[in-house]
Amino acid sequence: MFGYYFNLALRSLKRNRTLTLLMVLAIAVGIGACMTTLTVVHLLSGDPLPGKSSVLFFPQVDPENPVVGGATEPRPAMDYRSAMDLWSAHRADRQAIITSSPVKVRLPDSSQPPLMPSMLSTSADFFPMFDVPFQYGSGWSADDDAHHARVAVISADLNQKLFGGANSVGRILRVRDADMRIVGVLKPWRPSPLFYDPWSQNFSKSEDVFAPFTSSMEINKGNFQAYTCWHVPPSMGDLQNADCVWVWLWVELDSPAKVRDYARFVDDYANTQKSLGRFAVGSEHARLRDLMAWLTYRGQVPGDVRLQAWLASAFLAICLFNAVGLLLAKFLRRSGEIGVRRALGASRGAIFAQCLVEAGLIGLLGGFFGWLLTLVGLWLVRHQPVDYAHLAHLDAAMFTVTFVLAVGTSLLAGLIPALRASRVVPAWQLKAL
Amino acid sequence: MELRPILATLRRHKVILWLLMLEIALSCAIICNGVFLVAQRLQHMDMPSGIAEHELVQIQQAPIAPPSDRYARAQEDLATLRAIPGVQAVGMSNQVPFGGASSNGNVMLSPTQPHRTLSAAEYFGENLVQTLGLRLVAGRDLRPDEYVDADVVIRELASGSGKGFPVPMIVSQALATRLWPQRNPLGRLVWLTPTASFRVVGVVRTLARANAYDTATAQYSMIIPLHMGADKDQSYLLRTRPQDRQRVLAAATAALKRADPTRVVTHARTYDRIRSDYFKDDHATAGMLVSVIVAVLLVTGLGIVGLASFWVAQRRRQIGIRRALGARRADILHYFQTENFLIVTFGIVLGMVLAYGISLFLMMRYELPRLPAGYFPVGALVLWGIGQLAVLGPALRAAAVPPVVATRSV
Repeated sequence: MFGYYFNLALRSLKRNRTLTLLMVLAIAVGIGACMTTLTVVHLLSGDPLPGKSSVLFFPQVDPENPVVGGATEPRPAMDYRSAMDLWSAHRADRQAIITSSPVKVRLPDSSQPPLMPSMLSTSADFFPMFDVPFQYGSGWSADDDAHHARVAVISADLNQKLFGGANSVGRILRVRDADMRIVGVLKPWRPSPLFYDPWSQNFSKSEDVFAPFTSSMEINKGNFQAYTCWHVPPSMGDLQNADCVWVWLWVELDSPAKVRDYARFVDDYANTQKSLGRFAVGSEHARLRDLMAWLTYRGQVPGDVRLQAWLASAFLAICLFNAVGLLLAKFLRRSGEIGVRRALGASRGAIFAQCLVEAGLIGLLGGFFGWLLTLVGLWLVRHQPVDYAHLAHLDAAMFTVTFVLAVGTSLLAGLIPALRASRVVPAWQLKAL
Repeated sequence: MELRPILATLRRHKVILWLLMLEIALSCAIICNGVFLVAQRLQHMDMPSGIAEHELVQIQQAPIAPPSDRYARAQEDLATLRAIPGVQAVGMSNQVPFGGASSNGNVMLSPTQPHRTLSAAEYFGENLVQTLGLRLVAGRDLRPDEYVDADVVIRELASGSGKGFPVPMIVSQALATRLWPQRNPLGRLVWLTPTASFRVVGVVRTLARANAYDTATAQYSMIIPLHMGADKDQSYLLRTRPQDRQRVLAAATAALKRADPTRVVTHARTYDRIRSDYFKDDHATAGMLVSVIVAVLLVTGLGIVGLASFWVAQRRRQIGIRRALGARRADILHYFQTENFLIVTFGIVLGMVLAYGISLFLMMRYELPRLPAGYFPVGALVLWGIGQLAVLGPALRAAAVPPVVATRSV
């Protein structure tokens, strides 16, 4: 039966080519616009560390004293002392203390001009905690942290620039004025969004040099950047004793009980500091969000992209209305033919099914062209000057969604016209013939 | 044109009528809001900076000297840059309008107030009024002998002494008006910390902030006479003729490298680049909105063509009868045009309500201003135009139906 309807649908589509083309085009354009923006939203709101994100937490306290009037949330980073206190308490399964700063880098025995990449200062747990992939070597140890070791991990990108991609473990890198031994080289690693850095543009690339927090405090002294300060620092760029927020912490907590304990620990810390007079607010401004909650709070999907998704959905709705109207026109035009089929014994259900098969076929065609338009749309997004441009590719899930959406919407659009067509009264049509 | 027969016919085709009306209403709502959003973006991108944009280039570099040498190195660099042919003025700044990375201070009107009055951009640097081409509207420029080394100020503040304060400063007119409405700002004091006081000696007409997100506060700026020294956050600004910019940029970078071959220049760009980088997201969004609006119009137009053609085909017999009874071609043409006008008008009325609803939603979700009433006629005119354009082909085909059709059974 389905084969027969399919055949009929094909014939009908071929009969009035302009109308068919209009309908396929309308659905294709709607699907193309909708899927382009939905794909971008889907990619931007993705989980950067599937399977791991639920055990990673971002603790926050509010050291600002006095607080800016009306602030209800703490800043996305802490002062050096608070971060150090929380980190060195070692109350979590894993914990990484982090800050980032630009630094001058070159090879000691090379005439190449120096580079100015970003350096991530962190502690040993950073690499296992965030499943950072290594090409050569590995991260450093907690011992290296404790002994202020002059070791560094570099990105695949920097390794390519400085060593042409060769195994550079054991080589020496001059970071500002200090010589650091390379212990690891990363595989290309670009978490999107760049979840661990609360200041960065969401979809910018990760740092090129990773060094122990303790040793980089000495190496890049005076060159760290504050998110904000509430008292003038004792000397420019020297932030360790300053009332500035510039350091943050990520912790791994493997069980709900540990999460509760850690949240209490952070609250207690904030309250103690308040009673000591160092903080203006205590646990009211202490937070412990997990990774996805943190990203949501931060608003990782840009407002413009959401707006585009809304617009595209409204646009698809317009295309849907259009398709309904055109299908109605198409089916009712065949009233005579339907009348004959009904008179020859076809049931209403049969007519209804036949019309839906035709609508579905149009949807399939629209989906195919819509898929092509989506590829064009994503290509356009990749050439936009936005920081998430490199992400815009159609994955398997969204490919499926394209066709499901196309066929689904056109079946929906076919419902009313098919219902009307199946109610055609055969006697009237036969008389008119 | 008699409207009653048209309305009577439409009443018999309720489903198609409603479909068309809904489609037009939705298009109308999207177009009104879309055009408004585009206009907003364009207006935002047009925000004045107050500086001589097309005459400026910026060079930024990595730290080159230990803190104690910074000030001397900066003066050497400035002298090197001043010697380049074609350079009209050389300055140094910790930020530029729309530069992104910003430095802001909490402004207070008394040293003891618990919370800040507002936050304003702090421009520290050398020779800014002349280099940026700012327009003084009151008072005077900062004098060379008023500049102090930043480290000296920081030491004074850390020791808690108020020595050296109040320091003279220049404010933007927007900031002066906000702090002292309708009063002369010259000679007035503000505090950035309880000990750091500043006296207003000049007012510039416009100077935008580096992070001008919010139009209301985008022009709150102060210029403070501090020597900052050569550091990663400082940049050299050079003023030159527009046609000399690339040459001066290349010559300046080369001259700085000659003076110290190990230095790293992190940015060497024209100010126009800085501005277009800052507004690139707005530019991209405006482009996207325009293409959506065009696509919506296209699809709506195609829909009207399709349904009008269907109606014409369905009514061939009636058209033939009317023609046989004496209707002229023009009457048939006008019939379909009027019919389309009526349907589009119903759609627009519905669309206005929808447009207003969407605007309220956007106001809630994205903190956008209310859709001004001026945009409603825009959507209406555009849709009437598209409707008439789309119906013209089918209506002409209808007008071409010969009277003889009436005598044939279809």
